Amino acid sequence: MSPSVPLQEMIRAIRSARTQCEERGVIQRECAAIRAQFRQADNGGRSHNLAKLLYVHMLGYPAHFGQMECVRMIASPRYSEKRVGYLGAMMLLDEKQDASLLITNSIKNDLSHSNQYVQSLALCTLACMGSAEMCRDLAPEIDRLLRASNSYIKKKAALCAVHIVRKVHDLGELFAPAARSLLAEKNHGVLHGAVVLIIELCERNPETLERFRKTVPDLVQIMKGLVLSGYSPEHDVAGISDPFLQVRILRLLRILGHNNEGASDAMNDLLAQVATNTDSTKTVGNAVLYETVLTVLDIKSESGLRVLAVNILGRFLLNNDRNIRYIAMTSLQKIVGTDHNAVQRHRGTIVDCLKDQDASVKRRALELSLALVSASNIRSMMKELLLFLSSCPAELKAHSTSGIFNAAERYAPSQRWHIDTILHVLTTAGGDVRDETVPNLIQLITNASELHCYTVHKLYRALLTDISTQSLVQVACWCIGEYGDLLLRGECQETEPVQVTEDDVLDALETVLQSHMSSPATRGFALTATMKLSTRITENVDRIRSIVSIYGSCIDVELQQRAVEYNALFKKYDHMRAAVLERMPVIEKNSPGHTNGESMGDAIKDIQPAKMKQGEPLLALQPANQVCDLLDLLGGSEETLQPSPATGPAVPGLLINTASTAGGDLLDLLGGLEPALLAPAPTVPVYENEGVTLTLSCEKQSDTGLTVTLTASNSTDSDISSFTLQAAVPKSVQLHMKAPSGDSLPARGTAKVTQMVVLNNPNKVNLKMRVRISYSSQGSAFQDTVQIDSFPGLNAAGH
Amino acid sequence: MQFMLLFSRQGKLRLQKWYVPLSDKEKKKITRELVQTVLARKPKMCSFLEWRDMKIVYKRYASLYFCCAIENQDNELITLEIIHRYVELLDKYFGSVCELDIIFNFEKAYFILDEFLLGGEAQETSKKNVLKAIEQADLLQENIDFQMRLFAAPS
Repeated sequence: MSPSVPLQEMIRAIRSARTQCEERGVIQRECAAIRAQFRQADNGGRSHNLAKLLYVHMLGYPAHFGQMECVRMIASPRYSEKRVGYLGAMMLLDEKQDASLLITNSIKNDLSHSNQYVQSLALCTLACMGSAEMCRDLAPEIDRLLRASNSYIKKKAALCAVHIVRKVHDLGELFAPAARSLLAEKNHGVLHGAVVLIIELCERNPETLERFRKTVPDLVQIMKGLVLSGYSPEHDVAGISDPFLQVRILRLLRILGHNNEGASDAMNDLLAQVATNTDSTKTVGNAVLYETVLTVLDIKSESGLRVLAVNILGRFLLNNDRNIRYIAMTSLQKIVGTDHNAVQRHRGTIVDCLKDQDASVKRRALELSLALVSASNIRSMMKELLLFLSSCPAELKAHSTSGIFNAAERYAPSQRWHIDTILHVLTTAGGDVRDETVPNLIQLITNASELHCYTVHKLYRALLTDISTQSLVQVACWCIGEYGDLLLRGECQETEPVQVTEDDVLDALETVLQSHMSSPATRGFALTATMKLSTRITENVDRIRSIVSIYGSCIDVELQQRAVEYNALFKKYDHMRAAVLERMPVIEKNSPGHTNGESMGDAIKDIQPAKMKQGEPLLALQPANQVCDLLDLLGGSEETLQPSPATGPAVPGLLINTASTAGGDLLDLLGGLEPALLAPAPTVPVYENEGVTLTLSCEKQSDTGLTVTLTASNSTDSDISSFTLQAAVPKSVQLHMKAPSGDSLPARGTAKVTQMVVLNNPNKVNLKMRVRISYSSQGSAFQDTVQIDSFPGLNAAGH
Repeated sequence: MQFMLLFSRQGKLRLQKWYVPLSDKEKKKITRELVQTVLARKPKMCSFLEWRDMKIVYKRYASLYFCCAIENQDNELITLEIIHRYVELLDKYFGSVCELDIIFNFEKAYFILDEFLLGGEAQETSKKNVLKAIEQADLLQENIDFQMRLFAAPS
């Protein structure tokens, strides 16, 4: 076909422009000329003009003034103009443009045109950019073409029908009968289109799927023909006869055989044949094998066939071609749950892929490796994973660290190994770990009582080398504060002894306090640790006193508050200092004070107003920065679950735990003020203020589902009305609030309001909930917010 | 298939075919980011990558990158074959195709693509048939007699 000279001249002119500015100039001139031409009456150059405009559009310049010209060209009787007009429509008019509706009529006419190439243009355009209305309008036409036309049109009509069904799902019913009859065609193009259409219909409608199951024998026949037939030059690709059609049929067989014994049996032999006979030296053969493997693994195949499939994947894993290795790992990921042992056999190769250069392959290998970790291979796997972590690309770091932690938690062979592993991760990738790592590690350390000496020595050494990783520094500070006496004692069974003086330790902590690299939370940890050391060291207590008093005037409010309270502890409550700062009890994983003590803190405030003086300064320690990963009710800003530096709350939480256990004793003495409160009770008060109390109880419905019931009551002397609760949860958790039982709370607790909230936590993230309470009492409106971090009956991780 | 992009080593777009409705702004954004991502990859790397929530399959032929975005359940390896088939068709049509052919005859590249893929799926698996259809359509365009006699004829 002869080239369009005006178009090529323009292209040449644009390309010879030396600067962006020059190019813009050329294009502006051309566009002006094109616009002028559009306004003129019909001339011979219309298609050239539109083609020029489309080129300009592809370069990124605006071309919307050409839309109407497209509409006009499509209606032209000249084929050349129709052709460019339809091309323009596909490029400039998508279904969001209003002008697209104008071509519906032209398409309708062209669909019945006597010339098949004109029909083809209309079908192509409809399948590319047809909107739902256009599809609804023209569906009967397409159905007609599906039944009665030549194969050139039939194959296009089939794919057009696919587009229609994707846009308007209900129209699937219309095409089902025609699709069925198309399977009897011999033309590969039509067959291919028919199979694509049937796949689309079956995926959308289970009843249609049932009906099409009867076609399995026919499909098997067609496949057999393709696989066993001799060389057919028309469809051959590197020795495979029509791989495109083969892959489609395999996919349809997968859908039809899924969860159905009969259909799966009927295709068993065929799949075995394809799997064994297909030549796997070229990509095209591997494409067919890949699809076969996917089908075998997804239907109810017999075990011999499954083994064959997994072996093919194993062979793929050893293939030189990186693409094939990637594909293999993607498929193995799908079956690692069900055919775990089969996949374990290939563990070595998979672990080797961790060292591949390609980031996509690395990602796949990481996922698969984490899935393959088990109690028997934990030590060797962890070695590999830690090695991977040191050279891991940045986008995979967070995922690797959480995967490693999970694996370590489940399969740790010993506590020391566990602690070592976590420390190693913190030193290599401490910046990318999740916030719960710090409290979790602390809890782990307190539990390993024989290892306290070893741990504190290790952490001290880590602190001396590098104080930039916040999580590591926080844990180190906490340990030094707790076990500083063990550090100073010098000897330790598990590591070489090193002489550490009290000044050294205080120097280290002060460096952390003063460093600009330390986050506010970390400095909080360091200050508290320094304070705790005042009971564990003998000579430098004055130094500690002076450090603490300096921070009494620190700009950071949190540090200032702590310093002032510690000062008070030195001055007025010195007799209590030893008791307050004594060694922590072992933290239980499920204890309410584990992650954040705010809820418990409030509850304790109510019960022991005057008795727990030693509790007060601790209770006053409100966490400075909440882990802000809830939907902000007030600001509406969304924060993702990034590890934030605010793990400060863990410390007051732990301190409050001491207070609460001590408080428990007091309660027993006082006799009967709800001791059940401190035991892990099913109903927990989460809020109390101005006489309004909110309690929470929850019930696990399933692995990820949870029903939370909030009960509100009013103990004041006046009624409360318009009582509403709103709740927010982390992003990946789904929340559904049922209708509350009412919205008024009568005085003196005569009746309560219950609100049920159904939560679904599919990603098993740390469950937190923020509840906003609003009501009016005595004519004025009140509003308050409470954050709930631990749910009774769930462990610390919220599941 | 959701879309196909052809771009040069310098990131200049040579062909774009979109099978999903997106605004011009979104298309530009996707194009810009995807081109950057693909161009940043080293030569020996995998042809597949996960980008946003789509699977991207790309292959470089001389100075042109052919890049497709497919659905999650589609077969990546056969998509590579589809790309290869398209290149073969272009090659047969233009006779040893090079980037300049596609630049100066971009509308023909589109016509060939539209005879091979329809609505994002392959419509004809025989190379011969695709080329024959294009040949016929070209003849139709050339033949003035035909053009004069073309009237919309509802049957």
